[in-house]
Amino acid sequence: MKKKMTKGAAMILSALQKEGVEIIFGYPGGAVLPLYNQLYDSSIKHLLVRHEQAAVHAADGYARVTGRPGVVFATSGPGATNLVTGIANAYMDSVPMVLITGQVPSSFIGTDAFQEADITGITLPVTKHNYLVKDVNDLPSILSEAFYLASTGRRGPVLIDVPKDVFDQEAHFAYQVECEIPGYKPTYEGHVGQINRAIKAIRDAKCPVIFGGGGLIRSGASQALRDFADKAEIPVILSLMGLGSYPGDRDLFLGMPGMHGSITANYALTEADLIIAAGVRFDDRVTGKLESFANKAKIIHIDIDPAEIGKNVQIDIPIVGDVKQVLEALLKKLQPGSTSAWLKQIENWQKEFPMTGGLCGTGDSLKPQFVIRELSRLSVDNTIVATDVGQHQMWTAQHFIFREPCSFLTSGGLGTMGYGFPAAIGAKLADPDSSVICITGDGSFQMNIQELATAVHNQLDIIIAVINNGYLGMVRQWQDVFYDKRYAQTALPGNPDFVRIAEAYGAKGLCASNVKEATAAIEQALSEKGPVLINFLVEPEENVYPMVAPNCPINDIIVGGEQT
Amino acid sequence: MKHVLAVLVEDKPGVLTRVAGLFSRRGFNIDNIAVGETVTPGISRMTITVEGSETIVEQVAKQLHKLVNVLKVSNLSKEPSVSRELMLIKVKAEMGSRSDIQQIVETFRGKVVDVSPDSMVIEVTGNEEKMEAIKLLLQDFGIREIVRTGKIAVLRGSKVTGES
Repeated sequence: MKKKMTKGAAMILSALQKEGVEIIFGYPGGAVLPLYNQLYDSSIKHLLVRHEQAAVHAADGYARVTGRPGVVFATSGPGATNLVTGIANAYMDSVPMVLITGQVPSSFIGTDAFQEADITGITLPVTKHNYLVKDVNDLPSILSEAFYLASTGRRGPVLIDVPKDVFDQEAHFAYQVECEIPGYKPTYEGHVGQINRAIKAIRDAKCPVIFGGGGLIRSGASQALRDFADKAEIPVILSLMGLGSYPGDRDLFLGMPGMHGSITANYALTEADLIIAAGVRFDDRVTGKLESFANKAKIIHIDIDPAEIGKNVQIDIPIVGDVKQVLEALLKKLQPGSTSAWLKQIENWQKEFPMTGGLCGTGDSLKPQFVIRELSRLSVDNTIVATDVGQHQMWTAQHFIFREPCSFLTSGGLGTMGYGFPAAIGAKLADPDSSVICITGDGSFQMNIQELATAVHNQLDIIIAVINNGYLGMVRQWQDVFYDKRYAQTALPGNPDFVRIAEAYGAKGLCASNVKEATAAIEQALSEKGPVLINFLVEPEENVYPMVAPNCPINDIIVGGEQT
Repeated sequence: MKHVLAVLVEDKPGVLTRVAGLFSRRGFNIDNIAVGETVTPGISRMTITVEGSETIVEQVAKQLHKLVNVLKVSNLSKEPSVSRELMLIKVKAEMGSRSDIQQIVETFRGKVVDVSPDSMVIEVTGNEEKMEAIKLLLQDFGIREIVRTGKIAVLRGSKVTGES
């Protein structure tokens, strides 16, 4: 009997179905025409964005909320190169993603054909792995490998480049969701010997802290962390990527460390005798000057990626494994030490150095920190916040209280302006019952402002809070602090009227320039349907404090005007 | 210190670019690299010489291991191993100097593999010191061209660097 033959394009959609993909984020074009032609008959939803970069960020937001790979389609050449920033962003933050790009037909590859770009070459350093499909017979195994690689071990983006003719070629299609890759064997279970050493170190520690990051969220370790920290009575510091994995309103939570972290968190890391680092990579924004980082502490480092251990900071007890599994294993054997004197010390720091910036903004002026605090106060349970990059991002990290994992989506590693709004769109599609707020700046928002069309067309209930100071605020702040207030090219004098822009796209637009209006606008926005933009006209030259200058010790803190 | 890494890779398109790209983007230096097939079809072996501290080489090995097409990374400098390189040298050789050159070549157990009226091509294998020594001696005659394969290495004894 003759075997049933399947076209390449049909294989892709069938594989997506088998992988449980609900939605594709994409933008069509010449080289992916056969794939979109196949999609026309498929039941899988497709979100049409207005720029390919937004497709990746939306898929990223979707993936961070669901934990499953975000799927992106784009065409060859410029379609594919427009994805690059989004892919690099997902790679830095370990977000699972499968991207399928069209390529010029096989026989044209290498001829500088129309809309040809070597996208596997270009994305080599920013993908976990990538493929150029040369034979349709390889497509089923490539698809299954791509999903497996993206969603296991340390998560990341995987790209598949498919020449136009391969979409139309036929082969036998047998799809296996499970797959074996000889050179890829992630370690999930922590080494027993190291776990025992860690247990001893925890028992003997007088001043321990937990320092957790994005790995906690990717591995679903939030509950394990809460159980572990509460039972051991060890305070918790979370990196930007880890916010939400431990409730931000509990006493044991000390905030974010590093450049714009809380003073207590930075003092605690500096004075600790034991750091239990879980799913973090000791980024320079956290450690400051490496030579002075946590000099008094023994460090336990739990991470699924062995290459992260010892990369930046010397580790005393390395535990390679899935953070959730390792924390659960630690919890089983835990022998809590006596931390009460240390907790008292921390309480004193917390009293002495609360995160208070912007509390004095009253009357006619509007402090950005106040806006974030109001958004946090008025937001309902099950709120997801996506931010862009800059001052508003740091104020959100400092002042918004995150209680649940996956409730804060932000570009941590790459620092991509333009991430927030499309990520919010992806988040809303991932969890339609959630309340989604995009906190952005007037600079960042204009990097993907065109997605207002996507949000309006799909009637997505998203609040877009533009913290509008008329500047590229964070860059201006550095010019203020380090470059003698020489504000080179950081003012944005040509800003549009954001309210009218929103209205032109068919969204609701609100404006607030004082405390009263801000509260009223947030309350109104929360009751509206569809996308609502609030233009918060905040104090233009407000800076983010506390601040640690780059490559300085993290206990060498610039406190800023009103916090002293 | 120099470290010799034996890297077993799947023989897939782009694998050399992946390995070389990793070195350049992470700021590691490759001293030399040699690639060839192994006894197992579909698996190639790269011998990479890296200059760097223990910590750097450990990081290189870990990062290499993260590449999906990389099957195994072993540091051969940590165990007794034999390493060799092949070099072809084209040297100026007039009638009067040929026998002198011949003598040097014999001392180094090299071979003359081509002779023309004014030049000779010499083949030498050995370790790095030997290469440098013969280069130094032939310099006076006038070296026109040098081609080297890069170092390859294997563990001593019956132990093999197999797939894990």
